[in-house]
Amino acid sequence: MEILKIENLAKNFYLHNAKKEIHSCQNINFTLEQGQFIGIVGLSGAGKSTILKCIHRTYLASTGKITYQSEAFGEVELTTAPERQILFLRKNEIGYVSQFLNVMPRTTAREHVMNALLERGVDAAEAKEKAEAMLRYFRLPEPLWDLYPNTFSGGERLRLNLAHTMVKQPRLMLLDEPTASLDNKTKILVKDMLMQLKEKGTSMIGIFHDLEFMDGLCDKVFNISEGTFQ
Amino acid sequence: MAETPVLQVERLTMRYGEGCPHCKDHLEKNRCTVCGTVWAANDISLEVYPGEVLGIVGESGSGKSTLMQSLYFDLIPTEGKAYLQNYGEGKKNIWDASPLEKRKIRNNIMGMVYQNPVRGLRMDYSAASNIAEKIIAAGSRNAGQMTARAEELLEAVEILTSRMKEAPKNFSGGMQQRVQISKALANNPSLLLLDEVTTGLDLSVQARVLDLIRKIKAKYGISILLVSHDLAVIRMLADRTIVMLDGKIIESGLTDQILEDPQHAYTQQLVHSLL
Repeated sequence: MEILKIENLAKNFYLHNAKKEIHSCQNINFTLEQGQFIGIVGLSGAGKSTILKCIHRTYLASTGKITYQSEAFGEVELTTAPERQILFLRKNEIGYVSQFLNVMPRTTAREHVMNALLERGVDAAEAKEKAEAMLRYFRLPEPLWDLYPNTFSGGERLRLNLAHTMVKQPRLMLLDEPTASLDNKTKILVKDMLMQLKEKGTSMIGIFHDLEFMDGLCDKVFNISEGTFQ
Repeated sequence: MAETPVLQVERLTMRYGEGCPHCKDHLEKNRCTVCGTVWAANDISLEVYPGEVLGIVGESGSGKSTLMQSLYFDLIPTEGKAYLQNYGEGKKNIWDASPLEKRKIRNNIMGMVYQNPVRGLRMDYSAASNIAEKIIAAGSRNAGQMTARAEELLEAVEILTSRMKEAPKNFSGGMQQRVQISKALANNPSLLLLDEVTTGLDLSVQARVLDLIRKIKAKYGISILLVSHDLAVIRMLADRTIVMLDGKIIESGLTDQILEDPQHAYTQQLVHSLL
């Protein structure tokens, strides 16, 4: 089953102060089947993250269509869907993981992961249990669970980020260079986790610099250069 | 997904002056160069949905506080309509309500937290009395219940109940803000209006207030209209964001989209000014 279809996607940024238009990704077309993993590779600035951010609606697409098959709503055109619908999908169906961590002040690592479930209405005891299981899975040391993550290393922050998104078990995962600052041992762990999610039917699009990491994980790999697929 | 908004504002306009036929085409910022009329809020429409935080950003004089004060009846707008889900089944314009009904709306349906706690608190009354005042206004006369509610609310905003008999004038700015929040929550409102609640507070106190707002939202499922000129506050709390300039809404969208892909020249300038 096709879960995502991207047709003629283009994104341009108009900078008012410079009176200049920046052309990012152009004429992007692909489809993602349920349980499929698509990898996107390319140099920095090629437009990889732009594609993911357009799907997540962090960026407004300039032209083109992004059609998502939602469990709750059926076919949804992500570029034009109402904001409240996008918020629902982000909370329940579409996960986004980047290398940057965005945590509320005075929120511990455990609370951060729990919050992902609490905002979906899961009760506190169940949220705690699932959050702890996820933190354990990503080998975030237990003494860190009740600390504020702004003191964490890059790798620890990333593992927390992954735990926060993966605890929701989204149907569609967007991975924006999530392994950028991980050591090899943790990378293997993340790869193993992604393989498990894939086996469960989670569809994923990931941006990675590490070609070895993608080996055996990706069903298709697109190479993007100067905004277009090669 | 058909949702009923908790609050719906239609074409709110607040002008100081009579206006003239040239106003529309001769505005310099928000002032008509022909007749001198100031359009503090100009054709503002928005919706707030259940359980969401709607952020409003903009520079001083953009109309943010005019909007908030109109909603809380501190100002009566020149034109426009506003509907609350919990008033008249969402079909009666709140600005047409009688003075008695307006008091009921202020006491039972909405809670307001002002930037300056002096506006929201009686500084010489105890913290508990400030909360009790709001409960009495809603019709309760049971002293035991009022005390229990004051204790519960002060605990929720992390103020020691041993200090509930002290007057807010003896509290720090952050504590005063937290007492204001507890007072605003006294009658379980469905909508909380927060007007620059973290402005002027030092960073650690600001973090505490932000954390508190997040917890309140999660615990009570309350909808929040949050005015701030601090984009970091908006990023942390708001699901959707509206950008105002010279009394008008110039842009609205998902908060991360507004901050990462701003479309309007002013919003781009605002985001690029972020430290």
